[in-house]
Amino acid sequence: MSIALEHVNYVYSPGTAYEKHALKDVSLEIAQGQFVGIIGHTGSGKSTLIQHLNGLMKATSGKVLYDGQNIYDEGYDMKRLRSQVGLVFQYPEYQLFEEDVLRDVCFGPKNQGLSAEECEKCAREALDLVGFPEKYYRQSPFELSGGQKRRVAIAGILAMHPKVLVLDEPTAGLDPKGRDEILDQIEHLHRETGMTVILVSHSMEDIANYVERIIVMNRGEKMLDGVPKEVFSHYKELEKVGLAAPQVTYVMHDLKERGFQVSTDATTIGEAADEIMRSFHD
Amino acid sequence: MKMIHAEKLVYEYDKRDEEGNVIGTNRAIDGVDIDVPQGSFVAVLGHNGSGKSTLAKHMNAILVPTGGTMWVDGRDTRDPAELWNVRQTAGMVFQNPDNQIIGTVVEEDVGFGPENLGVPTDEIWKRVEDSLRSVGMLEYRKSSPNKLSGGQKQRVAIAGVIAMEPKCIVLDEPTAMLDPNGRREVIRAVEKLRKEKNVTVILITHYMEEVIDADQVFVMDDGHIVMHGTPREIFSRVDELKSYRMDVPQVTMLAEELRKRGLDLPRGILRREELVEALCRLR
Amino acid sequence: MIRDITIGQYYPAESPIHRLDPRVKIVCTLLFLVSLFIQNSLPGYVIATIFLGCVISMSRVPVKYIVKGLKPIVILLMFTVVMNLFLTRGGDTLVHFWIFTITEEGLRTSVFMAVRLIYLVMGSSIMTFTTSPNGLTDGLEKLLRPLNKINVPVHEVAMMMSIALRFIPILLEETDKIMKAQIARGADFESGNIIQRAKAMTPILVPLFVSAFRRANDLAMAMEARCYNGGEGRTKMKPLRYKAQDRWAYVITVIYMIVIFAVGRFVPFKLWIF
Repeated sequence: MSIALEHVNYVYSPGTAYEKHALKDVSLEIAQGQFVGIIGHTGSGKSTLIQHLNGLMKATSGKVLYDGQNIYDEGYDMKRLRSQVGLVFQYPEYQLFEEDVLRDVCFGPKNQGLSAEECEKCAREALDLVGFPEKYYRQSPFELSGGQKRRVAIAGILAMHPKVLVLDEPTAGLDPKGRDEILDQIEHLHRETGMTVILVSHSMEDIANYVERIIVMNRGEKMLDGVPKEVFSHYKELEKVGLAAPQVTYVMHDLKERGFQVSTDATTIGEAADEIMRSFHD
Repeated sequence: MKMIHAEKLVYEYDKRDEEGNVIGTNRAIDGVDIDVPQGSFVAVLGHNGSGKSTLAKHMNAILVPTGGTMWVDGRDTRDPAELWNVRQTAGMVFQNPDNQIIGTVVEEDVGFGPENLGVPTDEIWKRVEDSLRSVGMLEYRKSSPNKLSGGQKQRVAIAGVIAMEPKCIVLDEPTAMLDPNGRREVIRAVEKLRKEKNVTVILITHYMEEVIDADQVFVMDDGHIVMHGTPREIFSRVDELKSYRMDVPQVTMLAEELRKRGLDLPRGILRREELVEALCRLR
Repeated sequence: MIRDITIGQYYPAESPIHRLDPRVKIVCTLLFLVSLFIQNSLPGYVIATIFLGCVISMSRVPVKYIVKGLKPIVILLMFTVVMNLFLTRGGDTLVHFWIFTITEEGLRTSVFMAVRLIYLVMGSSIMTFTTSPNGLTDGLEKLLRPLNKINVPVHEVAMMMSIALRFIPILLEETDKIMKAQIARGADFESGNIIQRAKAMTPILVPLFVSAFRRANDLAMAMEARCYNGGEGRTKMKPLRYKAQDRWAYVITVIYMIVIFAVGRFVPFKLWIF
């Protein structure tokens, strides 16, 4: 179940004063089971990019292949695609609408045409997967805390049993602990289910700890694509486009300049600490 | 001279059941004492729901205490006769950039506050130009706010407050909805204001990097002030901070990790240069 | 899709029309709308076209924009045209098939009605394109001020309008976002009968209302924090004062009114049935 983009271009309001080339010749492939981070700042095209993955936006030119099949082919089952590629939007709690949590999570499965019992089963599983406590199942989603609302919204997508989970800034607006909890939950989910997870963020620090691959978007183009270490080694280029490597990467570079025998590809606190301790023991 | 001064501040609100009947009271703020000298930069940290926003809203009398007293520049916020003076003294910038811009053109929005204060027309124009320039948004004066980025919108909101010539600005999570670029823009604008206009700044946030330059930091949890000190003092208590759902800057965290592994580093390292220097000295 | 609605949107530019006093633009737009209804002849429409054309070209608003503003009325327009085309009877029959009859009078009325409707929207959108919503409400506030004497809260109404105008685009964008989010959850807004479709709107409307109330709450707080206390004691950043150009605009519009009225009445020029 890989997803591939081939030479995808997307132009907003073509032919008007507001014409904007939001995606420029983007090609990439994401294999089943990968945990990928997409980084870029506002306007880099990352949100546009992910809306192509489940066909919510249609490329101006180019192909989007899901499982080897072009989703723009005539008669392609878009509804099925959308349940396979689950997309969690930014601030997803703003889409909650039902009277209680459980019913809200049932909305997706219900749209898939499942029976009431099956819907509830899916919903319970999904809520369990995001670590949402059962005692709140019958509460109104509007009365929950920000972090809990977000869990419910993510469960709303998971209940549809997607093969790919795309999350747009899942930690926006949360406090540090809330942020770590959600990210840990997502990692747990990835490990448990083996589904592909695509995490969109503008925070390098957040992403470096979790993902196995980073795609950097800039001005609608794919700028970098690789494992975190490789991407962060281009920290000077990242800086030029207003992004930055995690702070520890800078520390390692500074240390190296000052004559420390350390490798500069540490991207997490743990790795950096290991390297520094090693250099002291040598 | 105290700009903001609170003594045993309490704010309670009714807890209601589904039919709207009062079933008890919640204490959002519970016995807070706070002192902000004029011209200083104070940060309030706290997780979502810790009461920090409620505290901020007391500083310009959007909310008034149900117990204790809050003085703004010596004025009791509960005194109805002082209401408008308090609000003019302590300007407020909120979290959501869209929901605080009233005007449909940037300059008209900045002029909104002075208009309310009854400032003469010529003077309004001068203030608008001045405050837009000080946040670096003068070239956008004729733009529609809808066409601006989040960081730009927040700078317009700050200009709108500056145009009222307050002695103090309270920023209630101004960067929570912004991306890193936007956050940097806003923090830089606030910094510049502090230097140029010598206003007192109270920054409510949960981004640790933004409080490094503060004169003092308060940490709130469950309606109480649980920590208070300089950023260095606060950030040297990593475990305590974490227990309040907070974080420390990554560099501080790395230093702490190295200390735990036996390196003799000082506590409360905040900047990357400090860490590098300290490590060089150890070698 | 939803973002394409341009009606009621300010188009910032430097033009003589932009610089006019909003009161002038409101009054003259009203007069222009009246002018479309006091005559119904080809020469009259020619003059209205020239007048509108001049104003549009002076305003420096791209014609594309103004045409885009017509999108929301396309259905209404087609409905009017079809109704008039088939239901108005008079003059010779031009076409007749099965139960449909098109007469000369029907064709004439439907073409004129279409032009009238289009000019109506174009005329008013030129006003909204060239006047900032705040200017517009300021203008209305001042024009309607006499109503204050009979206890109509003119300032409050004007303030509400200007806030509504500011939030329309934001709420439209939000609707778009919520809609997409629900589509991603498998919602279907396109199939089914009217009742099913109306029911399918719940997942959009509930979040939209929740958000609108939250925004209203935030905004009220932000306004209070900036010392808003009703219209009393407020000064104006852009007080309205008539200048020479405004007086000229009135004069020109009045001349236009007289000409179109006279020509519409007394110039019996006809081209075929029009």
